[in-house]
Amino acid sequence: MTDAPSTGPLLARNRLWHPPAYTPGYKTSVTRAPSRALIALPSTLSEETGPAFGRDMLGELDNNLILNFTGEPAQGPRMIMHGRVLDEMARPVPHVLVEIWQANAGGRYRHKKDGYAAPLDPNFGGCGRTVTNAAGEYEFLTIRPGPYPWPNGPNDWRPMHIHISVFGSGFGQRLITQMYFEGDPLIPLCPIVNTIPDKAAIESLTAPLDMQNSIGMDCLAWKFDIVLRGRRQTYFENRKEGL
Amino acid sequence: MPQPLSYLKETPSQTAGPYVHIGLTPNLLGNGGIFPQDLGLSPIKPGAKGEKITITGQVRDGAGMVLRDALMESWQADAAGLYNSPSETRGTADPNVIGWARIVADFDTGDWRLDTIKPGRVTLPQGGTMAPHISLWIVARGINTGLQTRIYFEDEEEANATCPVLSRIEHRGRVPTLLAKKTGPGQYRFDVVLQGEDETVFFDL
Ligand SMILES: [Fe+3]
Repeated sequence: MTDAPSTGPLLARNRLWHPPAYTPGYKTSVTRAPSRALIALPSTLSEETGPAFGRDMLGELDNNLILNFTGEPAQGPRMIMHGRVLDEMARPVPHVLVEIWQANAGGRYRHKKDGYAAPLDPNFGGCGRTVTNAAGEYEFLTIRPGPYPWPNGPNDWRPMHIHISVFGSGFGQRLITQMYFEGDPLIPLCPIVNTIPDKAAIESLTAPLDMQNSIGMDCLAWKFDIVLRGRRQTYFENRKEGL
Repeated sequence: MPQPLSYLKETPSQTAGPYVHIGLTPNLLGNGGIFPQDLGLSPIKPGAKGEKITITGQVRDGAGMVLRDALMESWQADAAGLYNSPSETRGTADPNVIGWARIVADFDTGDWRLDTIKPGRVTLPQGGTMAPHISLWIVARGINTGLQTRIYFEDEEEANATCPVLSRIEHRGRVPTLLAKKTGPGQYRFDVVLQGEDETVFFDL
């Protein structure tokens, strides 16, 4: 493996694998979905470059959501969330920022707009961040978030999930997604999950329980690999002047 | 059987949802104490070379409502057209131009603001020169995959006329949706329209 910066052109996004913009089952998308086709072009330097984040900016508890809000432990099932950031070529993506946010064990967010009856945990802020190591690996210590109801249909519930924001080496790889938990019966019922048309794509957002990395009498582990757009590694160019 | 390609599929996108600020701008939201300060507060540091500019705007939906929960990120070159990125191979960018910022719509009014420097033209290794622009990535509740657009500048007519990206937009009538309007010295206005008549051009690149 080399630490040389990635410079190749980005692979086109497979838009059939991602959710379309207009998904009436998820009502808010109806007025927020562009109605015109996206203008598709090969990536340029503006997408192939991106900001870099050093591990030196991280505080000791930044990836420990159990302790990082007040220093006193948050309540709920302790868990490790870990995995690798890879690209479509299966190469590790090192030194990139991974940020997460989530509800507490009762399914309540620390946000004034969240009016769910479940109580706030005074010791849980619900956000963390880390930078992948040279092998593209990341890990968080957190509590398993609860499911929660949300105003969409009259009785819609979000499955347990952790929101994830990831950077790549290029700004065009920028991605926000959500991790779900293996075996959660709410996954197939969720209108946000079901914005994704392909069952296999939904499965790729479902983290398996990872007993190998669970710690007895301490916490369970869930493994979640994140795949960013690939960068072409062959440099034979046959582009017309410009693009 | 031929050798397997063993490529992976990109992780599918999911909406950032209504609580994205908990994760990305916790201090701004009022959940302070986790990190000393939010990331992406400014794309420039003191001493950045180039013309100081301010861009303001709003993001509107198809019903004309202003989004008060939009979160955007900007990415731009320095005044010489170089990116401050490990992936930049053409030269070394101005160290005082980070180039990246998080832009948060005001929780009450939906107004957003970016204080930066005007980026330079970006000459592509394969030929061609892009007009000065700022890449913009927009997420919010109801947006399933982050939207990519670009802020160009209406007072860069000559550069805009030969920009290889702008020139690829077939519906010429839509190009002005990408042009920030000059409202004063160093002042620009750029509104994003997610859907409808004046819908902003969004890219897949
Ligand atoms: Fe959520």
